[in-house]
Amino acid sequence: MWSFRTRFGGDVFDQLERMRREMDQMFGDWSVGPTAIRSVGAGTYPQINVGASEEQVDVYVFAAGLDPKSLDISMQQNLLTITGERKLDEPDNADYYRKERFTGSFRRAIGLPEDVDPDKVNATYRDGVLHLVVLRREAVKPRKIEVK
Amino acid sequence: MVQKTNLKTAESRNLRARSEEEPSLIPPVDICEDAEGITLIADMPGVSRERLNIQIDGDNLLLDGAAAIDMPEGMEALFAEVRATHFRRSFTLSRELETEKINAQVKNGVLTLKIPKRAELKPRKIEVNVG
Repeated sequence: MWSFRTRFGGDVFDQLERMRREMDQMFGDWSVGPTAIRSVGAGTYPQINVGASEEQVDVYVFAAGLDPKSLDISMQQNLLTITGERKLDEPDNADYYRKERFTGSFRRAIGLPEDVDPDKVNATYRDGVLHLVVLRREAVKPRKIEVK
Repeated sequence: MVQKTNLKTAESRNLRARSEEEPSLIPPVDICEDAEGITLIADMPGVSRERLNIQIDGDNLLLDGAAAIDMPEGMEALFAEVRATHFRRSFTLSRELETEKINAQVKNGVLTLKIPKRAELKPRKIEVNVG
């Protein structure tokens, strides 16, 4: 069965990630080995998942409560950059107990596989998830070679 | 009475078993209060109205939602910051809140719950008489 969990939640992946997170919590991001130059701390808004198939690369940006008009999405070769701003409606005469939700502007940059076509990007925003589909170039798709 | 307790224990065991096998995400929330009541706002990206379940059991409020994510066949993960699609978080309410009149709305993956206070328990200003 093709579930979200089998694709994004693999076991080895999970354990390594848990270790990384625990280390992060203990020492902060800088302590464990080299960090990807454009990576951000755990729990940053918005969180991103990237998946790839032969035909395309799918990017999921978990950005609840966003005005899609505030989004600016750009591709420079295979580097995807997403900027935007989330404004929260805050009532005037209310006392807050918790403010855990992100507010303000954000910028995320993420390197996609090298063979994506920056001209073929399709973006949809539904239920707080921005889903980008980036097609891969024809030449690098695996071809079936027939034996004669 | 005894039966009821057993049932409840079994139920909580089931819930625990379920949450152990399938890790869930804890949605970040804002909670504020004004004279009318308490407002709770939770980020649950990917959760639509149909896939959201809000339960009140006594003074316990449970938010539970499953995100629907479209994935093409044959996709493999390259990078994942979100590892589950199930959101779950519970809160304990207090007696002056009118749980029968909770109003819930979901828009763009954001849940807004308005929990009113009972009319007789809304704060009243107490005048101090100068004697």
